[in-house]
Amino acid sequence: MEKQFQAHIARDEKRPMPPPGEQGLLAALRKNLFATWFDSLLTVVLGLGSVWVAWKLIQWGLVTAVFTGEDRQACLTTDGGPVGACWAFVNAKIGQFIYGRYPLAERWRVDLTLLLLATLALPLAIPRAPFKRLNASLLIGVFPFVALVLLTGGNFDMNVGWIVLLFIAAAFASATLAAGTAGALSGRLKGAYRLALAALVLLLASIILPGSDIRLPIFELPLLSLAALLAALASIGLSVVAARGGLKRSFMPFRVFMPSVFAVALVALLTSDFHLMPVSTNLWGGLMLTLVVALTGIAASLPLGILLALGRRSHMPAVRLLCVIFIEFWRGVPLITVLFMSTFMIPLFLPVGITFNQLLRALIGVALFSAAYMAEVMRGGLQAIPKGQYEGAMAVGLSYWQMMRLVIMPQAIKLVIPGIVNTFIGLFKDTSLVYIIGLADLLGTVRRGFSDPNWITPTTAATGLLFAAFVYWLFCFGMSRYSIFMERRLDTGHRR
Amino acid sequence: MQKLIKTLLGSVVVALAASSVSAATLDDVKNRGALRCGINTGLPGFAFQNDRGEWEGMDIDYCKAVAAAIFDGDAGKVEYTPLSAVQRFPALQNNEIDLLARNTTWTMNRDTALGLNFVGVNYYDGQGFMVRKDLNVTSALQLSGATVCVQSGTTTELNLTDYFRANNMEFNPVVIEAQNDVNSAYEQGRCDVLTTDASGLYASRLELANPDEHVVLPEIISKEPLGPVVRQGDEQWFDIVKWVHFGLLNAEELGVTQDNVEELAANSDNPDIRRLLGSDGTFGEDVGLSNEWMVHAIKAVGNYGEIFDRNIGPDTPLKIQRGINALWTKGGLQYAPPIR
Repeated sequence: MEKQFQAHIARDEKRPMPPPGEQGLLAALRKNLFATWFDSLLTVVLGLGSVWVAWKLIQWGLVTAVFTGEDRQACLTTDGGPVGACWAFVNAKIGQFIYGRYPLAERWRVDLTLLLLATLALPLAIPRAPFKRLNASLLIGVFPFVALVLLTGGNFDMNVGWIVLLFIAAAFASATLAAGTAGALSGRLKGAYRLALAALVLLLASIILPGSDIRLPIFELPLLSLAALLAALASIGLSVVAARGGLKRSFMPFRVFMPSVFAVALVALLTSDFHLMPVSTNLWGGLMLTLVVALTGIAASLPLGILLALGRRSHMPAVRLLCVIFIEFWRGVPLITVLFMSTFMIPLFLPVGITFNQLLRALIGVALFSAAYMAEVMRGGLQAIPKGQYEGAMAVGLSYWQMMRLVIMPQAIKLVIPGIVNTFIGLFKDTSLVYIIGLADLLGTVRRGFSDPNWITPTTAATGLLFAAFVYWLFCFGMSRYSIFMERRLDTGHRR
Repeated sequence: MQKLIKTLLGSVVVALAASSVSAATLDDVKNRGALRCGINTGLPGFAFQNDRGEWEGMDIDYCKAVAAAIFDGDAGKVEYTPLSAVQRFPALQNNEIDLLARNTTWTMNRDTALGLNFVGVNYYDGQGFMVRKDLNVTSALQLSGATVCVQSGTTTELNLTDYFRANNMEFNPVVIEAQNDVNSAYEQGRCDVLTTDASGLYASRLELANPDEHVVLPEIISKEPLGPVVRQGDEQWFDIVKWVHFGLLNAEELGVTQDNVEELAANSDNPDIRRLLGSDGTFGEDVGLSNEWMVHAIKAVGNYGEIFDRNIGPDTPLKIQRGINALWTKGGLQYAPPIR
C-alpha cells in the first residue's frame, strides 16, 4: 500500500520559473529549436530542406509557369529550357472543370442553384441569423426539388402511381401531425391511419395485379389507383376532423393540411413546363457533379445514419438485426465495389428495356454507403450519454421520440461533431471514385483534359492534378474549420 | 397543374414508355431521336473533349457518321456515354448503348463468347518502337544491342522478346512497373528505345520535352485491330454500321470528300460513285435508311482519310502516319468490299 502510494508522488524538486531574461521569442527559439547540437543540426537541415522545396515549387508553379496561351505550343519552350506549370491548360478548361459538359447557354441554371443553396445554407450556418426554422424547412423540403427542376429542366412525366404514392405519404404525415394536436379524437385518427393503409394496399394491388407487369408504379388499372387516391384523400379529411374535434369549432388545423399542400405543390413543380431546355445527367460533370454527389450523400447519410444508429440500439430484435445487417454489409464492402455493383448488377435485375439513370445509381450507392459509416459515428455518440439521461427523460414522461429529440440527440450529436465532419470529408473525397464508372466529377474532368492532344505537354498532368488537389483541399479545409467553430460554440463544459 | 389533371384523367392511355424495346435497334434509335454511342473516357486522338467541352476524335467521328446516315445528315443526334474498359461490354449487352466505338481490339473471344459483333477495323494498332532521332535508326531491324524500356508483366514485354529472338537480335530490357515511369526512364536516357502500342507511343511522345527529337519506327510487331462493335442478334443494325464503315473507306478510294460530295452526288458519271452516293440503286433503302445515307455521312465527317488526318494524322499534334492504315491501293490494309 505504502509503495503504490509513493509511486504517484513526484520525488525530484520542481524547477522554478525561468528569470524574465529567459522568456520571449529568442529564448523560445533557443529552447525549442537549438537546445542541443543535435536539435540545431535537425533545425538547420529541415529548414534548408523546406526552403528548397518551397523555392522549387514557387519556381515551377509561378516563375517558369505559363499562364496564358491557345494550345500546347504555349507550354513548350522553344529553347529547351525548363517548363513550369501549364496554367494555360487550366485556364482553357476551367469552364469544363466547373460545369462538365453542361451546355454553355444553360450554365446560369447551375449558378442559380448554387446561389440558392448559398442564400439558404449560409444564414443557417451563421448562428446569429434569424428565421432558422423557415430557412431549414426551405432548404430540406423545397430546395432539393427546385434544384432538381433547375438542373435537369423539369417537366417530368409523373405517372399516376407516383402521384398517388405522394398523396398516401401526405395522408400518413397528416395523421401523424393530427395525433400531435392536443385533444385529437383517437377514434377518427385510427380511421385515418386505416384508410391511408388501405390506400397503400390498393396502390400496390394496382401495380401487382396486371401480373406480367411488375414494373414499379406504371399505371395499368385506373380504377384501383383512383380508389387508392380517394382513400388517401378521405384519410386526410379524417385527420383534419380528428384534429378539430378536441378544440373549439372555429379551429382550423393548418398544420394538418400542410402535407397535402406540399404534395400538390410538389407535383405541380415537377410536372410543370418552365420552358427550360432539358439537360440530361450525362452532360453533368466537373465540380458541379462532385457537389451534387457529395451534398446528396451528406444530406441523405445524416438522417439515415441517425435512424440506423437508433435501430441498432433498439430493444426490438427484428429492427436491431436488420440495422446490424445493413450497417455491416455496407461497411464491409469497398465503395468501388458498391459503384461497380450499381453499374453492372442493377441492370441484371431490372426488366429488359428499363434503364436506370447512371448518376442516380451512383447517388444511391454513395448515400447508403456513407449512411452506414454515419450510423456507427452516431452510435458512438449515443453510447457516450449516461444512462441517467434516458431515465431522467422517461421519468418526466417523454415518449421515445420526444426523449431522443429533446434530450439524447442534442447531446450525442454535439459529442460526435468531429466524427461527423470526418465522415463528410471522407465522403467528399470519395466522390472522385465515380470516375471509374464513367461519371466525370472534378478529378475525372481534369483527367479527361489530359487526353486532349492539343494540350498534352510534359507538365499538363502535374498542373491539372495540382489544381484538382487544391480545390478538394479548399472544400475539405472549409468543412474542417466550420466544424471547429461549431464545436467551440456548442461546447458546454467538456473542453480540454 | 393542367398537366397533373391531364395525367390523372388520361391515365388509361399511359404509354409504357420504357417498355417499347424491340429487336430493331434502328427503330429504337429513330424513336429516341438519338444514337447512344459508347466511347473512351479519354484517349488522345480517338476520344477527347476539346476546349469547348465537345467530344472529338476518330471514334467520335464514327458515331457522328452513323448518326448522320440515320438522321439525314444531323450528326449532332448522338448521346455519348464515356465507358471504362471493364464497363464497355456490359453496357452494350445491357442495351445501354447502341454502338461501341471505343478503340476495342477485335479478338475471337469477344466476337463469339461475349455476344458481340465487330463491324470492321477502323485502326490497325499494334506494338511499336520509339527512338531518338539522333540515333539515325530508320527500322526496328537496326535495333540489335539496344537498351529497351518496357512495362513489366504485359504482352508488350513478351512480344518484344519474341520479335528480337525471331530476328536474331540482342537487346537489354529495362523493365519498369508503371507506364508513366517507363516514359520518364526513356526521357532520362536510361534506354535507347521505348516500346508500347503505337497509338500510345504517339501520345507518349507529346509528353516528352522535345517531341520532334524522337521518331516512331514504322514496324508494328503485334496485332491490335481496333473497331466499332454492336450487339449480336440484330443483323440490320450490324449491316448499317458495317456499311457506313465500308462506305467511308470506299469514299476515300473513290476520291469523294467532305467538300465535293454534294457536287459528285449531283453530277458524277462514275458508276461506283453513283452507287455509293445513292444516285443509282437502292443501297441505302436496303438497310433501312434513305438512299442519300452516305452523302449525309461524308458531308458530316468526311471520308476515312479525312477522319484520320483530322484527328490523328501528320497535321495534328499526334503526327501519326497512315502506315498499315493506308488504303490497300497505297500499300496499306484498309480494304472495303464494293457497293454494288
